[in-house]
Amino acid sequence: MNADELLVGGRAPAARHLLSIADLDRDGILEIMRLSDAFAEVSERPIPKVPALRGRTVATVFMEPSTRTRLSFETAAKRLSADTMTFTAASSSTVKGESLRDTVETIDAMGIDAMVIRHHSSGAPLMVTHWIKASVINGGDGTHEHPTQALLDCYTILETLAARRGGEAPADLKGLRIAIVGDIKHSRVARSNVLAFSALGAEVLLVAPPTLMPASLEGWPVNATGDLDSTLGELDVIYLLRIQSERLGEVLLPSLEEYHWRYGLTRERAAALKKDALVMHPGPMIRGVEISPEVADMPASLVTRQVRNGVLVRMAVLFHLLGSGEI
Amino acid sequence: MTAQNPSMHFGPSAHLGEILVRGGTLVDETGERRGDVLVRDGRVVAVSSGDSIEPPQGAVVLDAGGCIVSPGLVDIHSHLREPGGEIAETVESGSRAGALGGYTALVAMPNTVPAIDSAAVARDVLALGEKALCEIAVAGAITLGRRGERLVPMAELAEIGVRLFTDDGKGVQNGGLMRRALEYASGLGVVLAQHCEDEQLAAGGQMHEGAWSSRLGIAGQPALAEEAMLARDLALVALTGAPMHFLHLSTAGSIEMIAKAKADGLAVTAEATPHHLALCDAAVQSYDPVYKVNPPLRTEADVAAVRAGLASGVIDAIATDHAPHAPERKEEPFDEAPAGMLGLETALAVGYGALCAGPGRAGSNGAGDGWVPPASGTAMPLRDLFALFSWKPARIAGLERDGHGAGRNGGQGGPLRPGAMAHLTVFDPSAAWVVDPGRQAGRSRNTPYAGRRLTGKVRHTVFAGEPVVVDGEAQR
Repeated sequence: MNADELLVGGRAPAARHLLSIADLDRDGILEIMRLSDAFAEVSERPIPKVPALRGRTVATVFMEPSTRTRLSFETAAKRLSADTMTFTAASSSTVKGESLRDTVETIDAMGIDAMVIRHHSSGAPLMVTHWIKASVINGGDGTHEHPTQALLDCYTILETLAARRGGEAPADLKGLRIAIVGDIKHSRVARSNVLAFSALGAEVLLVAPPTLMPASLEGWPVNATGDLDSTLGELDVIYLLRIQSERLGEVLLPSLEEYHWRYGLTRERAAALKKDALVMHPGPMIRGVEISPEVADMPASLVTRQVRNGVLVRMAVLFHLLGSGEI
Repeated sequence: MTAQNPSMHFGPSAHLGEILVRGGTLVDETGERRGDVLVRDGRVVAVSSGDSIEPPQGAVVLDAGGCIVSPGLVDIHSHLREPGGEIAETVESGSRAGALGGYTALVAMPNTVPAIDSAAVARDVLALGEKALCEIAVAGAITLGRRGERLVPMAELAEIGVRLFTDDGKGVQNGGLMRRALEYASGLGVVLAQHCEDEQLAAGGQMHEGAWSSRLGIAGQPALAEEAMLARDLALVALTGAPMHFLHLSTAGSIEMIAKAKADGLAVTAEATPHHLALCDAAVQSYDPVYKVNPPLRTEADVAAVRAGLASGVIDAIATDHAPHAPERKEEPFDEAPAGMLGLETALAVGYGALCAGPGRAGSNGAGDGWVPPASGTAMPLRDLFALFSWKPARIAGLERDGHGAGRNGGQGGPLRPGAMAHLTVFDPSAAWVVDPGRQAGRSRNTPYAGRRLTGKVRHTVFAGEPVVVDGEAQR
């Protein structure tokens, strides 16, 4: 098995879906960045809305609770003048009684153009593409991928660098050293960000205790370490992942306090970062575990900027898959 | 030869005229040669050596031109789902799938509902088998309800002919209990069979732990979950002296451990499945639960080790682990769908394609589908292939003994000589076919070979003198 083969694992059969960052090559990601810039301009208008997807319908199907991602997609669809509908169910398909297939076929039959699906099982969005006619957008599947999160993270880094350079955006992330810190093993955000950051030329470092690293990093374009402190001074971006308390019961961590002691971004660790290093987190943040409260509120932290950009990037993704012509 | 009433009981005298299997190459334990086989009243009455036999008047002639004629195949690992899982398979539907795959005997696994953990349930399943298209033997559970707590009445089950005992579907986790089971089984003439999986090490893993599970974000179970229990049990065999059989071994490490155990003189046998000798974990990148199976599909290196173990004789048998599941269950997301895949109708073609046919694209339907192409220069002799499918598994399950059961049972595995029970498989090694899940004879559709082109197909199957499959069609 070679790296190329690994990197396309679970990708969509055709470009009309977005299931994995691997569905977009470098040019595809940069196209989303360009469209996001255009929608940033739209969002500054008194009426931040364009008719690009008028008459189209976007359904959000969330089989796992996630208010922020669902609201972000729905806001994006509405700003493009698309109609939206929502289906949420926290329970698994077997508990609920109705199968995933029946659920999505029913929604598809109502006449939709795109389905954003969030599911607790890895690969569920790929299965859905076999059953429905609409475009499928992965809104986060199990511990596999969360491609729109990675796109908004890339956009946020590029936008921040552009602002520092007086508005001149860099072509990509080349030359940046980005550390992703935390529960890599169970993180769909990490899997998408590894692909996105490296496709744009960044050097990616994964930082976690061995119990929270994937069993194998064969084919991953990354370096990995368990030692956060020795890397801090070399980082341009530190990307923190949420630590879930379930990991204690699985005996992957002794305690959240010990995690914070080894990997939490404390004031001391923040002081060891380069002066202009960026601090990112996909949310929701657990203050006192992966990040200290005072660091979360420092100007280097881009967390609220990430949320704003989520809407722009999801507008870009919807337009990229469903739209045509001019914005 | 179509039966008038499919529900009637076929006794040895029901309709057994004469059958001539003509023009094939005979392959059995004694070797490989051209010859015809004449069958009368359920037994082989004449085997020609080179020259042909004239068909007696009224005899059914089965054309075996270009085909291999072997003793009937024996599957020592079939999940027939009855009682309790009839939505997925029954003894009858499973036996039809088996006959189409060239099998003349199946050992039904005991993970039914209720489990086969009493003489009453075992008798029920054996009774269902009397109407089947092949011999049905049963394996008993090792522990009551397969709960891993108390032993089944092993001696009583042995008395009614149960030869294999296993909690298959899961392994016996408690090493102390496994020791007592082996000690108790000693002297009963039975064999305990283990599904090697340490549940703590497996930790709920849904596929093989490695590069693919990491990339796909699916919880993995390490090869060690299988190997750790195998190591424990090999030590218990050494301690107790009781014989043991190891089900569906799938890792390079397991093969190595069995080789060493046999070299040390331990009384162990082992099987591998068709899917573990053909497919690797790359297949899971489709997230299609049809590729979910336990033990999971392993790496290409493990597939190569399984093939080498079969070629060297370290692994004694190919067993299907035929595990039907209703279609809707295999449309659940990967981590929620049940593990298991069909095997009976495709096993011989998959084994032939992967072990004997040499390099080629057989079995693959495109890059990344998990099919591991055979290495060049590794073609297995036909006699060795059929040994793995017929007489060696027959002996593990005690089905070779002529007249061990009632009616048409027993005498499985040949050799093809006058007086032998007429259990025959006629296999056309040059027939290419594409597997269509909609045309599987069993009740389920979960074949991992859907849409794949396989080389080699069963043309006829004769069970105790009854042509149950003729020209690839089940006769009842």
